Amino acid sequence: MFEHYLSLFIRAVFVENMALSFFLGMCTFIAVSKKIKTAFGLGIAVIVVLIITVPVNNLIYNFLLKEGALSWLGLSTVDLSFLGLLSYIGVIAAMVQILEMALDKYVPALYNALGVFLPLITVNCAILGASLFMVERDYSFSESVIFGAGAGVGWALAIVILAGIREKLKYSDVPEGLRGLGITFITVGLMSLGFMSFSGVSL
Amino acid sequence: MSESKSILFGPIFDNNPIALQILGICSALAVTSNLNTTLIMCVALTLVVAFSNLFISLIRNHIPSSIRIIVQMTIIASLVIVVDQFLKAFAYNASKQLSVFVGLIITNCIVMGRAEAFAMKNTPGLSFLDGIGNGLGYSAILLGLGVIRELLGSGKLLGVEILPLVTEGGWYTANGMLLLPPSAFFLIGLFIWGLRAWKPKQVEPQEHPLSPQTKVVQAT
Repeated sequence: MFEHYLSLFIRAVFVENMALSFFLGMCTFIAVSKKIKTAFGLGIAVIVVLIITVPVNNLIYNFLLKEGALSWLGLSTVDLSFLGLLSYIGVIAAMVQILEMALDKYVPALYNALGVFLPLITVNCAILGASLFMVERDYSFSESVIFGAGAGVGWALAIVILAGIREKLKYSDVPEGLRGLGITFITVGLMSLGFMSFSGVSL
Repeated sequence: MSESKSILFGPIFDNNPIALQILGICSALAVTSNLNTTLIMCVALTLVVAFSNLFISLIRNHIPSSIRIIVQMTIIASLVIVVDQFLKAFAYNASKQLSVFVGLIITNCIVMGRAEAFAMKNTPGLSFLDGIGNGLGYSAILLGLGVIRELLGSGKLLGVEILPLVTEGGWYTANGMLLLPPSAFFLIGLFIWGLRAWKPKQVEPQEHPLSPQTKVVQAT
């Protein structure tokens, strides 16, 4: 049992890396990776939000939306799965808001460190993507906790690596048209090529 | 007239959502390995941006600014649900191939970005045009990527054989790397390079300019 969870976690971090093999959360990934410090803060925020929202969405899917999920109310033929997208994004937006208020009250240091990134996380596709993958692959509740954590750690790892590379890249002489955005794309391409060496690894 | 024209066509090259505004990159990479899914994605996204801009602009004077994000999200999510259900009903295979990426149009920053930056301040007609324009700018890059990746990666376009493959008795050796995800990054990087070589105004300023090198004359 433990091995199953461990392999799920490792797979979510390396083999199925959210950023480098599914390209999720790319906009923030490219826009907010100029400094290691901010990249690290954002990474932590993404991990926390994923660990909370994926399991919550899992519960919502299994007990409210899935076909026959409402049988505990005596409505066994109702299929609300078309409402999925709307409810997941609602849960994510609400969770981010609650997390923001809780952090502000109890851990002001972390709240200040994360700053504007917390509200931005609502529109980070890695968060919604993880919930959708969870539904598509039919994870159980405990699996979804592990998957959320793994997906978050993988994304954070990738953005910190990219920020490290870009900090060095600032001092290099890049051709004019490629400067900034262009070279960043090519760097991410090379990183993603590197992460592809993990594909096919089964644990 | 000229204003609405520039709103409609500006985003294609001058202010491209992907190459300049850094918006909506996620799906640009993931769905472009063949042209069929690329086309469907382009149409879906253009429709969602245009209509979300239209509806948000219609009610822009009634949205309290403190809850505007939630209101925008709800409108966008409802439109995406319509698209998703439509695809499931009429193009089931394509919808399976696109898997989660149809749903991810909700968090596609182009939609949110244009709603926030344009539709909240402009009249419905102009906002609708802006949505179409940005959808076209997104589609231009996606279609370019889709054509290159499918043509050179598997020798086909829309499933019709163009370059006969060696494995099937032809002469073209397929470049398998173009079907793999990283190639999309390289292609977009090169595309941006091309665009900026053509329109030098978009080049980013250098953060740490290098001091000029020793002249050749001095060195010798």
